[in-house]
Amino acid sequence: MIRDFFRNNYSKIHEINKKYAVPNVEMSKSVKIALLSLRFYLIFLVCLLVYKFITLL
Amino acid sequence: MNIYTRLYYGYRKIWKAIMLYFMIAGPGIVVMVADNDAGGITTYAATGAKYGYNLTWFLIILIPVAYYVQEMTVRLGAVTKRGHAEAIFSGFGSFWGWFSLLDLMLVNWLTLVTEFIGMTAALRIFGVPPYLTVIGVCVIMGIIVLNGRYWTWEKIALVFCAVNLIYIPAAFMVNPSVSQIIGDGLIPNFPGRFNNELFFYLMSNIGTTIAPWMLFFQQSAVVDKAMKEKEIPWGRLDTFIGAIMTVVVAIFITVVTGTVLKGMNIDDAAQASQVLLGINKHVGTFMAIGLFDAGFLGAICISLASSWAFGEVFGWAHSLNNKIKEAPWFYANYFITLVSAGCVVLIPNAPLVLITLFVQVIAVTLLPAALVFLILLLNNKKTMGEHTNTTSQNIVNTVIVVVIIILSSLYGISTLFPDLFK
Repeated sequence: MIRDFFRNNYSKIHEINKKYAVPNVEMSKSVKIALLSLRFYLIFLVCLLVYKFITLL
Repeated sequence: MNIYTRLYYGYRKIWKAIMLYFMIAGPGIVVMVADNDAGGITTYAATGAKYGYNLTWFLIILIPVAYYVQEMTVRLGAVTKRGHAEAIFSGFGSFWGWFSLLDLMLVNWLTLVTEFIGMTAALRIFGVPPYLTVIGVCVIMGIIVLNGRYWTWEKIALVFCAVNLIYIPAAFMVNPSVSQIIGDGLIPNFPGRFNNELFFYLMSNIGTTIAPWMLFFQQSAVVDKAMKEKEIPWGRLDTFIGAIMTVVVAIFITVVTGTVLKGMNIDDAAQASQVLLGINKHVGTFMAIGLFDAGFLGAICISLASSWAFGEVFGWAHSLNNKIKEAPWFYANYFITLVSAGCVVLIPNAPLVLITLFVQVIAVTLLPAALVFLILLLNNKKTMGEHTNTTSQNIVNTVIVVVIIILSSLYGISTLFPDLFK
């Protein structure tokens, strides 16, 4: 039963990835810049969290 | 037509408009009032105790801030008939979709824990043990969602929104000086001087005004309510009234603590309630009831926001109009989120303070992304058609979103490094 649950969800996730493989929003220059800025912002936050974690240890 | 006939038709027209509003009202008011959750009440109580009425002007500024952001979710939901999670998947692909969905799940669960902390602390004042609070809340929330109708759920939520107004009579009971409120509060000023501590309070007030779950919740609620494009103006009105309500409640909380607890350091709203009980029994009781209600309302909305988001993406039946047999995964997600968050509060020596701080940090990983996606989706002419953002809307929304991102990020970072703004 548990194996079925994971197998079903794995195929569902695969299906979702396939369904949304192509973004609906046109990837104009401004959209690309916004998404790239978001990636940098998230990397910065992750670095801060890692730094905090290391200094706490 | 004589004057009586004209008056009659005028009256009928207004009455019809009011009735139509009450049919469409709901998501905007519920999400805005629920924004004054347990964490929000603590922030406003601490702000009032620290700065009295002096930051009332700043709270008033938060009305357009909250309105402009949430109004976008109304348009997006009504036009695309998709919740925010599904809209992100569809608009930006599966990478950003999974990031938003999993981050939302984590931040909502952590926020739900803080709501339970608030509710158990509020009822502990009346001698109710935490386990009874957790069981009672889970049972009541189960009954509310299992009635099988979105309409009923929404009207019950609106009743809890009305209870949130309890801070208004509480403020009148402490006999504040109206002239002082107007003199100190309505003219923009920085009490003392603009220092790091004041900046921290301003950041925390902005941080509690827009939370990630609010975007996901209102858009999904608009979809579940089956709001049509022609009803968008009513949805806007609903959101605007909600924005006013949330700020009015916040102002009255600062009036209560600014009048009675001025100069005290308030760590949480339950502590404020207990101190108030010693000074004025009724005001302290009202404060504790308001805190419980705030936590309860927040819990209702946050757990639903997660379930709706998962249902949309996984293609499960995900409407409150579905019975439990028709949407088992939707309700399973709802109850697992709710019960697990409630159980955390009951674990002896659980790191509740750490969780409360950690919420802010995780929230700032999702909020900027969700806000940026919102503006980009509102500019997608292909899906939004005539409801695409205009240039003026883009200017206003972008300025607001940039300010929110900067201040909420600094607020989140300041919880990681507490000495940064001291």
